[in-house]
Amino acid sequence: MTMGGAVIRASHLGKRYRLGDADRAVHFETLRESLVSWVSLRHNARVAADANTIWALKDVSFEVRSGEVVGIIGHNGAGKSTLLKILSRITEPTEGEAEIRGRVGSLLEVGTGFHPELTGRENVYLNGAILGMRRTEIALKFDEIVSFAEIEAFLDTAVKHYSTGMYMRLAFAVAAHLEPDTLIVDEILAVGDAAFQKKCLGKMGDVARHGRTVLFVSHNLGAVRSLCSRAVVLGGGMVQFDGRADEAIAYYLANSATAAGERDGQVRFGPAGLEFADLRLHGIRVLDDAGQARALFDATEPIRVEIEYEVMVTLRGIRTVLLISTQEGELAFQSTDHLARDAEQPPGRYTTVCTVPGALLNRRMYLVELSFEIPGVRMLAPRRPYVSFAVSGGGNHGSTFPEPWPGVVCPSLNWVTKRL
Amino acid sequence: MSAEPSVDERETRLDRKHPAPRKEAPESAQTSRVVIVRAERGWQLPDLFEAWQYRELFWVLATRDIKVRYKQTVLGIGWAIVQPLFTMILFTMISRFGNISTDGMPPEVFYYCGMLPWLLFANSLSTAGNSLLASQHLITKVYFPRLIVPVASAITALIDFAIAFVVLLMIMLFYRVPPAPQIVLLPAFVAMAFLAALGFGIGLSALNVQFRDVRHVAPFVTQLWLFCTPVLYSSTSVHGGWKAVLLGLNPISGVVEGVRWCVLGRPAPGAPLAVSTATILVVLIASLGYFNRVERTLADRL
Repeated sequence: MTMGGAVIRASHLGKRYRLGDADRAVHFETLRESLVSWVSLRHNARVAADANTIWALKDVSFEVRSGEVVGIIGHNGAGKSTLLKILSRITEPTEGEAEIRGRVGSLLEVGTGFHPELTGRENVYLNGAILGMRRTEIALKFDEIVSFAEIEAFLDTAVKHYSTGMYMRLAFAVAAHLEPDTLIVDEILAVGDAAFQKKCLGKMGDVARHGRTVLFVSHNLGAVRSLCSRAVVLGGGMVQFDGRADEAIAYYLANSATAAGERDGQVRFGPAGLEFADLRLHGIRVLDDAGQARALFDATEPIRVEIEYEVMVTLRGIRTVLLISTQEGELAFQSTDHLARDAEQPPGRYTTVCTVPGALLNRRMYLVELSFEIPGVRMLAPRRPYVSFAVSGGGNHGSTFPEPWPGVVCPSLNWVTKRL
Repeated sequence: MSAEPSVDERETRLDRKHPAPRKEAPESAQTSRVVIVRAERGWQLPDLFEAWQYRELFWVLATRDIKVRYKQTVLGIGWAIVQPLFTMILFTMISRFGNISTDGMPPEVFYYCGMLPWLLFANSLSTAGNSLLASQHLITKVYFPRLIVPVASAITALIDFAIAFVVLLMIMLFYRVPPAPQIVLLPAFVAMAFLAALGFGIGLSALNVQFRDVRHVAPFVTQLWLFCTPVLYSSTSVHGGWKAVLLGLNPISGVVEGVRWCVLGRPAPGAPLAVSTATILVVLIASLGYFNRVERTLADRL
């Protein structure tokens, strides 16, 4: 199929959220409150409500033509999810409009609507219908779905008895057999183990090759690079760049080093810090060579992780454990500082820096996890993820092809080939 | 997919899932119409045409609820019978102690028969009312006409009604109360009770999302409602024309009296039934309008 007319045409899309809506844990609207404010300070309440709004998306315009595979990249909070929700018709925009042609399937999550009490078979039909497949369509693809998920033996078992892996495989299998004209996919590939992810990415590639239009949101720049012909960079709710995928990724990387670096690649816990037993964590930063906090690194660059913490009482033999793991939870490596030897730390603030050499990590998303302990004595702060960063760029696996490279790490190794 | 459809083909009423009654799906892309996503303003009714096109999903959701409820057959069926049976026993005891007239009918039959339409109403009202909150994982992830959620969730109450009705026939047999010939009209009253429940339930489901304190108040209001309905007493004990009309404003009172009329052959409800029917229609339309208003930003509120 060749590229045709526009299947998605977004013009000046904008979405405003009341801050309470965006952070629903904090804000609860009650009938009682509403009646009170309506009766007493109707006017004032309205003015205050206007001040408490943010634009998650502002003046976003672009077109997707039939057969195109477009990636959407951007930092957390850049407006990617909001855009997908509007294009999938889950919520309506505050202003502007989008014109959508043909049958659209959106996968903002896999396994939407799965019911734990129902069997695998029943859930395939349930989930398929929710995703917009007709019963006859599901029946036709049923065997294919089941064999893709590799759960033949457990078809008539309630899914509450499934392992997480089986559950995810079945959920993705249904989603993968959805065949709309346009597929809108959110970060759903960030689930499951590496082998399963590979299978999913392969399936996505198939979809793209079959001439279907795909809108693909991902943090996995490698996947965007290999699947998408074009990418849109969102930032602060606006389109910052729209062009060829590799150029968009380059723009995103360059941009994140400066403006976005202030927000990303670091976390701070306010004046009091994050409190643990006898220890307070003040901040964790992921820094480049120049001491700038960043969320994106080239594969060849060294990465410095700086940990700032405060010791409340004199402690002996603290060990700071740094764990770098992938977004999917596989541990890349674990490292610890030298203070394990009987060193005594009087109360006060400390920083510890660990340098991860360049040409070690693979091109993917990583999480920085930390724990503090006195080995064999007690745990001071349990293992928890704090910051994430992405590695992208040229790569150091020795191959010049831009394909996604498997592996948790990808060290630059010495290869020698001799003719005998 | 190379031909660019003309702008004239624009049509907001498009069903993305079932493009036309045609059999094939993917090839119909160039002929399928266009959805315009934009902020809608003002009051209007939900797109019932579109909701109808999603009927397959509607049945899938309804059968899911039914399957889950009756998966453990004994518990599912048991619950459908226990609820009206125990209320009947309680009411019978109250009427014996308090000398409440059941117009000469065995109180067991009188109360059980009255409880059935009431429970159909109250149970579908409560499941429909909570349905949007209960389905938030769906609503925030997938598009479909939201209206099918409260309606599909209420279907289970109909099955409960059918099961409990079989028990009613058994009770009538035991007390030797013959069914009236107009029992053939029962489906009309069941439909009325169901529509009344939807009328209030659809609005309540939206209200529940908009105001989180409503769900604590609703069960209490339903409790009080039972006592404004001629279940524990007979409407013939309510004297005076205007009182009867007032009783008819409570739409479910006409239904309860109607069911007793067509099953037990008690006096036919006249004016109250007409008032009840009108009330149900008004409530249903108002409720749909309000639902549509909330529906547009539903995913942001959940």
